[in-house]
Amino acid sequence: MKTKSLLFAQMPRVALPLILVLAAVTFYRGHHVPGGGFIGGLVGALAFILVALGQGTEVARKVMRVEPISLLWLGVGIALFSLILGFIGGDGGFHGLWLDEFMVPLIGKVHLGTPMLFDLGVFLTVMGFATKVGFGLQEDNL
Amino acid sequence: MSLFWPVLLIAAASALAAVIRLPERWRVLWALFPGAAFAWVVLSWPDVVGGGQLMATIPWFEELGATVDLRLDAYGGLMAGLVTGVGTLIIIYAAGYMEGSPGGSRLISLLLIFMAAMLGIVVADNLILLFVFWELTSITSYLLVGFSHEKLDSRKKALQALLVTGTGGLALLAGLVLLGIEAGSWQISEIIANADVVMASPHLHGIIVLILLGAFTKSAQFPFHFWLPNAMAAPTPVSAFLHSATMVKAGVFILGRFSPVFSGSEWWHGPVVIAGMVTLLVGAVLGLFQTDLKKILAYTTLAVLGMLTMLIGFGSDLALKSMLVFLIGHALYKAALFMVAGGIDHGAGTRDVWKLGGLRAIMPFTMVAGALAAFSKAGFPPFLGFIGKEYVYKTGTSLDHFAPIFTGAMLLGNMLMFALALKVGWYPFWSQPKEAARGHPHEGSWMMWLPPMVLAVLGLVFGFMTEWTGDTLVIPALAEITGTPMHEHLALWHGVTLPLILSLVTFAGGVMIYRAREYFWKKHDQVDSGPKVENAYDRLLAGTVKFAKRQTRAIQGGALSRYMFIVVGATATLLLWKFVRFQGWPELTWEGRLAPIPVIACIWVMAGAIAAALAQRRLVALLSMGVVGLGITALFVNFGAPDLAITQLLVDGLTVVLLLLVIYRLPPIRVEANKWVIRADAVLSAIMGGLIFALTLSAMQIHVIERVGDTLAQMSYVEAYGRNVVNVILVDFRALDTFGEIIVLAIAAIGVTALLSAKKERSPDED
Amino acid sequence: MSMLIALTVGVLFATGVFCLLRRCLMRLIIGLVLLGNAANLLVFSAGGLTTGVPAVIPSGETVAPAGAADPLPQALVLTAIVIGFGLIVFSITLIHRARAASGNDDVDAFIETDQL
Repeated sequence: MKTKSLLFAQMPRVALPLILVLAAVTFYRGHHVPGGGFIGGLVGALAFILVALGQGTEVARKVMRVEPISLLWLGVGIALFSLILGFIGGDGGFHGLWLDEFMVPLIGKVHLGTPMLFDLGVFLTVMGFATKVGFGLQEDNL
Repeated sequence: MSLFWPVLLIAAASALAAVIRLPERWRVLWALFPGAAFAWVVLSWPDVVGGGQLMATIPWFEELGATVDLRLDAYGGLMAGLVTGVGTLIIIYAAGYMEGSPGGSRLISLLLIFMAAMLGIVVADNLILLFVFWELTSITSYLLVGFSHEKLDSRKKALQALLVTGTGGLALLAGLVLLGIEAGSWQISEIIANADVVMASPHLHGIIVLILLGAFTKSAQFPFHFWLPNAMAAPTPVSAFLHSATMVKAGVFILGRFSPVFSGSEWWHGPVVIAGMVTLLVGAVLGLFQTDLKKILAYTTLAVLGMLTMLIGFGSDLALKSMLVFLIGHALYKAALFMVAGGIDHGAGTRDVWKLGGLRAIMPFTMVAGALAAFSKAGFPPFLGFIGKEYVYKTGTSLDHFAPIFTGAMLLGNMLMFALALKVGWYPFWSQPKEAARGHPHEGSWMMWLPPMVLAVLGLVFGFMTEWTGDTLVIPALAEITGTPMHEHLALWHGVTLPLILSLVTFAGGVMIYRAREYFWKKHDQVDSGPKVENAYDRLLAGTVKFAKRQTRAIQGGALSRYMFIVVGATATLLLWKFVRFQGWPELTWEGRLAPIPVIACIWVMAGAIAAALAQRRLVALLSMGVVGLGITALFVNFGAPDLAITQLLVDGLTVVLLLLVIYRLPPIRVEANKWVIRADAVLSAIMGGLIFALTLSAMQIHVIERVGDTLAQMSYVEAYGRNVVNVILVDFRALDTFGEIIVLAIAAIGVTALLSAKKERSPDED
Repeated sequence: MSMLIALTVGVLFATGVFCLLRRCLMRLIIGLVLLGNAANLLVFSAGGLTTGVPAVIPSGETVAPAGAADPLPQALVLTAIVIGFGLIVFSITLIHRARAASGNDDVDAFIETDQL
């Protein structure tokens, strides 16, 4: 779908970094305020799908660098890995493992654990899935 | 030694025989396995006579009442001895029979697994276990009867045997389950001990009818008798084993087993006696017209099964004693005669009586075995068959009611069987040499004549040692069936009594019928093409297939909208039934305050949904669908679900965008012409919507006191360091579920990829 | 309020079913989306509704405020929405493909494989 509006074509490209940051923040803060992997992943996918709508999927793929399907499997792998970590490390069953909190400049206190890792897996899976089908349906010219 | 190992040993032998292909001359060694099991049965015999028993238990599905309970008593032990003893000889015979033809190992393996199942039936002490073994014999017999699977005819007949016995098996299952529930126990010995509980049950008649159906189909009682002669399509070792000593006796066996429980009921005696008598006469009379040795034997087996069933139906101690003597005698001579018939077939190349004759000098060993077996069957003294017949007449003449009728039936049946016995065991050897004898007939190997010889000689020995046979075999088993210790004896010579006179009449009549044999054989074709129960079976089978086709065409005509209508209609009916049945209708009250935002959102959603369903233009329908999503987002916001609201909004937006990509490649929405279809659909949709409305409302009216979610909310920060409880549930408490869900996404992605990459492979023009 | 929500679920279901019964592919998709929404709303509201307070633990506290919404159905519905999205996308592709292969968007015309 090619659009004639230059503004519409170029805007997503400009907005892309902003939306991606928004996705990352939504994901990261999701453990404490509304957000998380599912929402973050959808927002992230939206960023690239908008680029694809504006400038075509080739550009979007080039900007994205990673194959959507690889992103999806990476996400599934990370989620599985975090589950295995929790299984091995936790005392019986899938118990979350957490590192001690530490300070990072600009961001503040950071508390990392396997549930966060799992959520990252969800994030990548959802993003991979949405971009995959978003690009796919657009490219499919019948 | 545990009761399990004979069954396991034979089953293991079957598995081995299936895998290890021994060379032909070593195959006879497989007989060692059932031989060992037989030896075990013989050795444990002293433990089970006189009311003793061996028991073994493994827990299984105890919640369902199914445990692997095995129990060996004298009655089961007698049958176990027959199964393993005859089985051992059959394996030897099969090894000889299959020499030079393919599939010998397969036949032996199948025979062994059947033997294990059959042994299971006679030692099972749990109703469910009994049924499992019962069905296993049906299935293995299907494989055995259809052994020559490349022949259409033998496949068809195997299927017939399976369908008839399988249908009966279903009835039996229902009967056994009902029996177990009513008796409050699944252990057979316990049920027999508490027979009065069952007799007092309101379902007694149902239980009896169902169990009888199972037993009658298995033991080929009229009107289910037709499958047995057809099952002669099986190789002879199979017929000699399944259709003489074992499988068809399984029905008789459980009739005897449950006889103490049900013998007080008229619903038991009547059907059993009548079915038995009819089967006896039908089998014996139809047998007259048969010209195939195996068919003759099949019909005499029917007659004997009928006799046994009738005797069980009488239920007196004397009748049951006669039944046991007859059963042992029959197992010995019938298996032997089948093997003799197979030997003749093998040596002379035919089983047709018109072509057989004068084989006595050519097949001397087979001749001796055949003669001995036939004499036992015909009931010459001092063979076991003679004693059996004497007791049968004794039973008949001492009946309180209708003694002349039943004795007459027995007399007629025995006369006919006498003639039939001579036709198989005597005629092929001693009549004038015919066509087949002029070819190259020959005696088979020792494996083919020794087994029938052993059985036939045993028939003579057991009869000769009447007292020993009675005290060691018959009376202990009889005591198990009747439940009372017995101190009776068996006698060969009773003096000149009515039974003896009847025996003499039998000989005279039998010889006359034998001499008139050719008269009946000539009418063979007329009888065979006459009306039969089998035709009803064929029509039923064809009718079922036709019905299934018609039903499939009606319900699954291929029109998707029709499918949907049926699915939705069925769901609505079930839901409606639940509401009516359990009176789950909700109260129509406005709970809670009507706030403006949710009211507007609800109306917004409903309006959008209706517009999306009715809009004639693609874009309008699509945007209405988007509108619905926005309204739901508003509801989520209002009811404290920000995570849901955001997700809904994003998904809604993405869906609309993706649909926009493809919408213009789809043709415009079609307008359906048939107004009646639309009306019917609208009515069904409205009913379904109304039911879901009621369901939702009644769900909301259940006030849960303790919500699981609250517990999770308590633990969320303390244990999982997260303040957003919804997210913590997703990534921590129920992370495994969430993992399953992202796997679903991965699978959907694979599906989409496959569909998209399949493009251009098919286009409309190529179709 | 509960009756209005239940009515909304009912209407969504009725319209969704009506769309599924149509012969046009486009309607089929819309029907699936409507049914998905109906199911989500049903699960969401079945446990009772709480106005306003999300199940988020405020900073400085260790437990969620009293009267907060039930988080469990929310978690279930959240994944259901995303899975529903997956299903819809798959259906769109499938329908797209079906139409391309058969040159027809009438679902009742896809009977080749079902004829006896």
